[in-house]
Amino acid sequence: MLPIIEDWWLFFNYNFTIMKILVCISKTPDTTAKIAFADNNTKFASDGVQWIINPYDEWYSLVRAIELKEADPTISIHLINVGGPESEPIIRKALALGGDEAIRINCDSNDSFNVASQIANVAKQGNYDLIFTGKETIDFNGSSIGGMLAELLDLPFVSHVTKFNIETNMAVIIREIDGGEETNKAAMPLVISCQKGMAEQRIPNMKGIMGARTKPLKVLDPVDVVSLTSIVSFDLPPAKAGVKLVSPENPEELVRLLHEEAKAI
Amino acid sequence: MSVLVFIDQAEGHIKKSSFEAASYGAKTAELSGTFAEAIVIGQMKDDLSELGKYGIKKVHAISNEALNNFDSKVYTTLIQQLVESTNANTVIFSNNTSGKSIAPRLSIRMKAGLVSGAVALPDITSGFIIKKSVFSGKAFANIKIHTEKKIITLNPNAFNIIKGNGVAEIVEFTTTLPAYSIEVTETNKIVGDVPLSEADIVISGGRGLKGPENWGLVTDLAKLLGAATACSRPVADIHWRPHHEHVGQTGLAIAPNLYIAIGISGAIQHLAGVNRSKTIVVINKDPEAPFFKAADYGIVGDAFEVVPKIIESIKKMKSLS
Ligand SMILES: Cc1cc2nc3c(=O)[nH]c(=O)nc-3n(C[C@H](O)[C@H](O)[C@H](O)COP(=O)(O)OP(=O)(O)OC[C@H]3O[C@@H](n4cnc5c(N)ncnc54)[C@H](O)[C@@H]3O)c2cc1C
Ligand SMILES: Nc1ncnc2c1ncn2[C@@H]1O[C@H](COP(=O)(O)O)[C@@H](O)[C@H]1O
Repeated sequence: MLPIIEDWWLFFNYNFTIMKILVCISKTPDTTAKIAFADNNTKFASDGVQWIINPYDEWYSLVRAIELKEADPTISIHLINVGGPESEPIIRKALALGGDEAIRINCDSNDSFNVASQIANVAKQGNYDLIFTGKETIDFNGSSIGGMLAELLDLPFVSHVTKFNIETNMAVIIREIDGGEETNKAAMPLVISCQKGMAEQRIPNMKGIMGARTKPLKVLDPVDVVSLTSIVSFDLPPAKAGVKLVSPENPEELVRLLHEEAKAI
Repeated sequence: MSVLVFIDQAEGHIKKSSFEAASYGAKTAELSGTFAEAIVIGQMKDDLSELGKYGIKKVHAISNEALNNFDSKVYTTLIQQLVESTNANTVIFSNNTSGKSIAPRLSIRMKAGLVSGAVALPDITSGFIIKKSVFSGKAFANIKIHTEKKIITLNPNAFNIIKGNGVAEIVEFTTTLPAYSIEVTETNKIVGDVPLSEADIVISGGRGLKGPENWGLVTDLAKLLGAATACSRPVADIHWRPHHEHVGQTGLAIAPNLYIAIGISGAIQHLAGVNRSKTIVVINKDPEAPFFKAADYGIVGDAFEVVPKIIESIKKMKSLS
């Protein structure tokens, strides 16, 4: 009985239209950045922090989109970022890796609903066949934008995707589930969130970097959205008491400590 | 005004993280002077009245074999229907692959603020504030939800299971099956192994183990302790171990009771995936390895000598008790 594909007529269109992929790009502190807070623990202390493209967006989602384009050069890849002007260097890097054009929505927000609404507003007008997000951002760990976007656009959503292919106009997807993996088939348009396995990290080459300078980067004003959540404050976890070292000659002592003191085994 | 807990299942069995979510939901309900109910989607093998032990008053079951296949759109529609009919105010999920796919969708439909990755009960003294894990476990953020309806996804192993003697009432929720947008064509479970995301104990190996042929050290220790196995990123990248074992910033983030790292240096990106573990043990021959700074217990020594001795010692302990 399953599945029921409501949009069967779209199949006809695919043979005639160019496929468009929207890749959502977020900016995060470098993975080695020191995590500290300012203004009475209400703000991330960004002084001296190196900003990078969120690794899930760069390594997995964007590179997979580029690979699809390499297999089918008619595909066009649009990048989208919701962020202030500080996002431009990471957007240029994504263009250097292989995006065709980019949109920045000039809005700095930590509310997932706001960010997703901004992206959905653009996506609605763009007729995208595929929307790629990362599994999560490595700073706020929301894992929410992909699902929210799918709902706002009334599209299917597959999360934690490790493999993505297109076979006769259907998306064939492998996704991670708890303790295993699952193969899914879905019609496009479709939203997916990407993680490890999708592709391998790439380094932009000179030609890409030069080309990125002249690729279009459009800046749009945000639409009015009421935020559903806000950050009140941040805390750092309590410092560890320090490691208790056990002699390599006496591993029985470790087993005793784990059993009696930590009650872990 | 009740609290609704989504009970996640695999092949008809309730996941461990759902008992945590149920306990958390019951406590959240208590805080706001209401009660907790649960929704279970799919054909179950477990006895759902058992959820009463975790504080659930009533279980709404949608027992349909076809629903054992996951589709975030279908699940969201069903949960939303139940939210409307029970007038639930707060919905709780586990922050696992299912929760992460449904909660954001539901948040849009219910116009409910969502906090994902909660690590503590809400603070309702001034508004509704939830502590969540951010910066891959390196910090916490306290998030205020402004909307009347709320959705929370709870991090696995962040909240202790509370078990009492209640018995939950089971009611069948009858509704029409929404159309699937996704077809599940194949499922591959890593059989026999404990799923990494749910494991109480995780034994993990790094490049210090020199090659896949030496992984017996890790798997033997894991078997003995009923633990799951994990590895550092380079180990998965050079195919010594399968990709799904990779933990860290770009792999899986885990928070077991006990994490034993063997021959792993403890790079910041590795720590990001494991630093929420309750007890961390590091075995590394280099006393300068950064991992020791994040560890509770450590042995500076050669894994090839130390680990077999640990295995012997645990066997001895087990035969004595
Ligand atoms: C953006 C980014 C994201 C990353 N994400 C991740 C991630 O998600 N997960 C991850 O793990 N890494 C990640 N990395 C890589 C990370 O920086 C480290 O390179 C990696 O964790 C090192 O793996 P390792 O500890 O196994 O190897 P090594 O760093 O080579 O360490 C091996 C350790 O084994 C010890 N050793 C050697 N022989 C023995 C012996 N006989 N007995 C005991 N100990 C021994 C050595 O002293 C050493 O400390 C990421 C890197 C970047 C830049
Ligand atoms: N500000 C943003 N601009 C564009 N895309 C974003 C933004 N924030 C998050 N995303 C996308 O959504 C994914 C999941 O983010 P999150 O739900 O915030 O963890 C990220 O990996 C990005 O692909």
